[in-house]
Amino acid sequence: MRVPLSWLRDYVAISDSPDALASRLTFAGLEVEDIEYVGLAPERQPIAGLPTTGRSGPPAAGIAWNPATIVVAQILEVMPHPNADRLTLLRVDDGTGAEQIVLTGAPNLFPLKGTGPLATPMKVVFAREGAMLYDGHKPGREIMTLKRAKIRGVESRSMVCSEKELGISDEHDGIIVLDADAPVGVAAATYMGDVVFTVKINPNMARNACVYGIAREIAALTGAPLASLAAPVPATGRPLAGRVDIDIRDVALNPRFVLGLIEGVTIAPSPYWVQRRLRMVGTRPINNIVDATNYAMFELGEPLHAFDWDVIQKRAGGMRPTIITRRATAGETLKTLDNVDRTLDESTVLVCDASGPLSLAGVMGGAESEVSETSTNILLEGAAWDFINIRKTVKAQSLPSEASYRFSRGVHPALAERGVSRALSLMREWAGGGVAAGLVDHYPGRVDSPVVEITPAYVERQLGVRLEVDEIVRILGALEFRCEVAGDTVRATAPDHRLDIGHGLVGQADILEELARIYGYERIPNTMLAGAVPPPRPNRDLLVEERVRDLMVNLGLQEIVTYSLTSPEREARLAAEAEPGEGPLYVRLANPIVVDRVVMRRTLLSGLLEIAASNSRHVDRLAFFEIGPVYLSRANQALPDEPSRLAMLLAGPRAMPSWQGADRELMDFYDLKGIIESLAQALHIPAASVEPASHPSLIPGRSARLLIGGEAAGHFGELHPAVADRFGMKGIRVLVAELSLATLTAQVSDRDASMAVPTFPPVREDIAVIVGDDVPAAKVTELVRAAGGPMLAGMAVFDVYRGEQIGSGKKSLALSLTYQATDRTLTDADATKIRERIVRALRDELGATLRG
Amino acid sequence: MPIDFDQIVRDALGGLEAATESASLEAWRSTHLGKSAPVMAALGTLGALPKEERREFGQRANQAKQALEQAFEAASERVRTSELERAITAGSIDVTLPGRATARGRVHPAVQTLRKIYAIFAEMGFQVYRSRDVETDEYNFTLLNIPPHHPARDMWDTFYTTTPNVILRTHTSPGQIHVMRERAPEPIRVILPGMCYRYEQITARSEIQFYQIEGLAIGTHITMADLKGTLTAFAHALFGTSVRTRFRSDHFPFTEPSAEMDVECFVCDGVGCPVCKQSGWLEILGCGMVHPVVLENGGYDPRTFSGFAFGMGPQRITMLMHKIEDIRYFFANDLRFLEQF
Repeated sequence: MRVPLSWLRDYVAISDSPDALASRLTFAGLEVEDIEYVGLAPERQPIAGLPTTGRSGPPAAGIAWNPATIVVAQILEVMPHPNADRLTLLRVDDGTGAEQIVLTGAPNLFPLKGTGPLATPMKVVFAREGAMLYDGHKPGREIMTLKRAKIRGVESRSMVCSEKELGISDEHDGIIVLDADAPVGVAAATYMGDVVFTVKINPNMARNACVYGIAREIAALTGAPLASLAAPVPATGRPLAGRVDIDIRDVALNPRFVLGLIEGVTIAPSPYWVQRRLRMVGTRPINNIVDATNYAMFELGEPLHAFDWDVIQKRAGGMRPTIITRRATAGETLKTLDNVDRTLDESTVLVCDASGPLSLAGVMGGAESEVSETSTNILLEGAAWDFINIRKTVKAQSLPSEASYRFSRGVHPALAERGVSRALSLMREWAGGGVAAGLVDHYPGRVDSPVVEITPAYVERQLGVRLEVDEIVRILGALEFRCEVAGDTVRATAPDHRLDIGHGLVGQADILEELARIYGYERIPNTMLAGAVPPPRPNRDLLVEERVRDLMVNLGLQEIVTYSLTSPEREARLAAEAEPGEGPLYVRLANPIVVDRVVMRRTLLSGLLEIAASNSRHVDRLAFFEIGPVYLSRANQALPDEPSRLAMLLAGPRAMPSWQGADRELMDFYDLKGIIESLAQALHIPAASVEPASHPSLIPGRSARLLIGGEAAGHFGELHPAVADRFGMKGIRVLVAELSLATLTAQVSDRDASMAVPTFPPVREDIAVIVGDDVPAAKVTELVRAAGGPMLAGMAVFDVYRGEQIGSGKKSLALSLTYQATDRTLTDADATKIRERIVRALRDELGATLRG
Repeated sequence: MPIDFDQIVRDALGGLEAATESASLEAWRSTHLGKSAPVMAALGTLGALPKEERREFGQRANQAKQALEQAFEAASERVRTSELERAITAGSIDVTLPGRATARGRVHPAVQTLRKIYAIFAEMGFQVYRSRDVETDEYNFTLLNIPPHHPARDMWDTFYTTTPNVILRTHTSPGQIHVMRERAPEPIRVILPGMCYRYEQITARSEIQFYQIEGLAIGTHITMADLKGTLTAFAHALFGTSVRTRFRSDHFPFTEPSAEMDVECFVCDGVGCPVCKQSGWLEILGCGMVHPVVLENGGYDPRTFSGFAFGMGPQRITMLMHKIEDIRYFFANDLRFLEQF
């Protein structure tokens, strides 16, 4: 919300500089997002007690009007320009005694051109040579210095200003015409220089979406008194009672409805100072009646609606009009004052009369009964509405407005009467006429104000600082709470402009926040937690995950974090061949924001491959991993399972690039398997094994399943070329793995027994075993391990050979074996015995022979 | 004819000086100290000499032999040294060429920051508690004192799923309810990290998903002063012990009173710079005293228990610390970005 300093000063004295005031409000929860100087000069002034550093205030913009060059002046005569039809020459009295001739093209002076000296001089803002102003002819806000110029033969060294040139608004259609009492010769900055604060209104601060609310906060924060609202003008007209009825059909939706009447008004533009204030808060002045409703709303926070009383009476056909508030019937229509025909449903609340809807309650008026240039009698509505219902209507009709902004956040019903009275007074002042005596006020939804009990002990227990009863009463009193003190207890009654104070424990917390805010968060001390510390609970999942993360990094892989949001099409690319059926069950967004992020991922591989593809454009060696959840929807289960996965990807040369012309051989299946083996070994997962398996993304015969303790822990292998191609890595050999972190975690052993370092020398020998080509190496090594027994201390495959020498359909596995005993040095005879056992087992089980 | 040992020695030493490498030295040794060398031959004839000549002849022959041997040792030493020098000179390499690159992995920068935050809070007794990404409306909003249609819901732009009342969590706060319900009435000190989601345009400043980390402390005597102290200690640990903090009133439905903690800009020491937009302060986290409704929903009686909660964006902190200008870098995972951390 935009708030002018001058308007705040109607209600509270302010001695802070704008910067300091902004800080004060910001610390108290009314964040000032920016400061705009409209004529006044910025000043810097830190305030005691608040930490400031650097430039303390929020971002500031605007210009200061130099008092020497920008002053109030009056136009004495508007004369034609000798050489230009669209320009006029003004005779101006700028208070210096010497008359100035000013050149202007302002269209609002054209009607006066050549009419001779003005009977009533016109008050304007006059800028002399050298004045710094915004350039009215350029888009946006560009500062210029007023220079002497000759335009069509006439010298010009000064100008009369538009709002845009002064930074008041973007209005540049004509010059400002000031109110008649503007003092000629006085600096414009003194007369009407201002500062506008943009204040962020949090949901709990809805009461402060008005000038008076913020003035009240400033009063509480600075200790300055808050001025009372002006008393309403005496109502002298014929009483309203008996001339109109109110019928509230749903009290929950409409707890209060107030009507007032002013008769015999003259519709005209509002005084200039009113127009200027409205422009500064961001609304367009319309006429004195509409402006009065807006002015009262910005000032007090109560949105009002003005009806043409004659239209209402005509619709009643000579009967006494009844204003009815009710839910719309489905399909009911109303033309709103923006000339849109709107079709409504039963959730919308309408203000109607006997012949139909008049306005969308709290949101927008209807076209028929709106105030026009010819209206003379005005019926004014002030009401309270259920804010949740208004929110729904605003959303359904997409009709945000200043009124619905406030009503959808909650406006206290007490303000309805105050708003109507204030606006009637303003109308009387600006548009004449007579205010009908009394209001017609239906208030069936009256709710008692919450009463909350607070003690210094409670405050101390919550804030860690003790506020005595006097202090509590002072702060709450400044915020217009009514306080009664009984001993140590303050009974605070919430003031009738607040809807945010709850009852009981919630009310206490609400009051606590008020006390802390106004007392100042900065004055609360800093202490460390005392009291009982919760028992430690090892988070095993996280511990193992972090260990895995470190291990993957140590194994040379870069961690990546990809989006959990993807699309089924993106993941479908992972299947080498399209799979029939309906496809997997996804967690699907109802309101996606981009077309390619519409579901939660079911695999990490798709994201990993996308990142690999984008990086493969500038590097040839890729080694990535990701740890994160996948989201597996299950039928008959509202929430998906979210198991964590570990995925890896390798592609490109095994060795890092080097000036020595390093080995550029490409990584293959066994590089990936080596990493997985190292991981399993480092995690002390003894029961890890690998078996051939098929996977839709992997090349058959180059894909495997990791088994941990017999349980499947995921797949790994070489990516199918068709899949690589679809991910934009045509012709690149890519190795991928996706493993279940939970399965790994379950088998991690933290207490493996260690073995003594051997003290007796080992016996080493190599054997070459010839087996059928289809016999997996693991089968051979398992047999050797079993046959070798405890004295087979080590075994490694160091060569695999296929060739003529051993015949087709066969392969030779070269094994290096280490025999060792823990209690003695083995003899040749011992070694022979072990070897013979191994050879016999291989021969018996696999028909293997030893090579040469 | 008597043998002129002096002459032999003189002749031999002349040849020795010319020997500059091991091979010629060895050739010299075999010529002048080998079996058929004159001195050795002379010594071999010693037994055949008359007894009275033997002594003197023997002495002279031995002196000559020793002279040759000593000269040979000296020459050997000279040759060894010069050969070593030559070998060293020949083997010198260009030490300014780059070393052989080792494949190196790194933890993702956002996760690095998460780990730093875990470590700091671990020292203050806070354990990590994680909960799910896909949540119910109830846990994400209602139980956190954000009823349906409440204006406070405007603070979060939410992704809804096609399953009614199932959403992507907009913050890690649902974890507060999970952990409270699991542990009540024990005291709680946890931090809750995780991925959160917002219905927002993806720009340099905003993302549809991002990491968040929250903290929650519940006990019987926890005050707002403890909140300020704990978070200031955290700021000192993460940003430096001299950094100042300030607390501003703010609003969150699940805490009351609520605050925003700013940290003095560690880039410019509070003087004002582009990172802090010239303000001297950086907005780091939101916090507050746990709202009584939330305590109750978690199973803690607000009459006995109180607590504080806070939440921050580890990516934003990473961005501030490393002057990262575009939040999209985190999930774009370009190696040229990742390899800088």
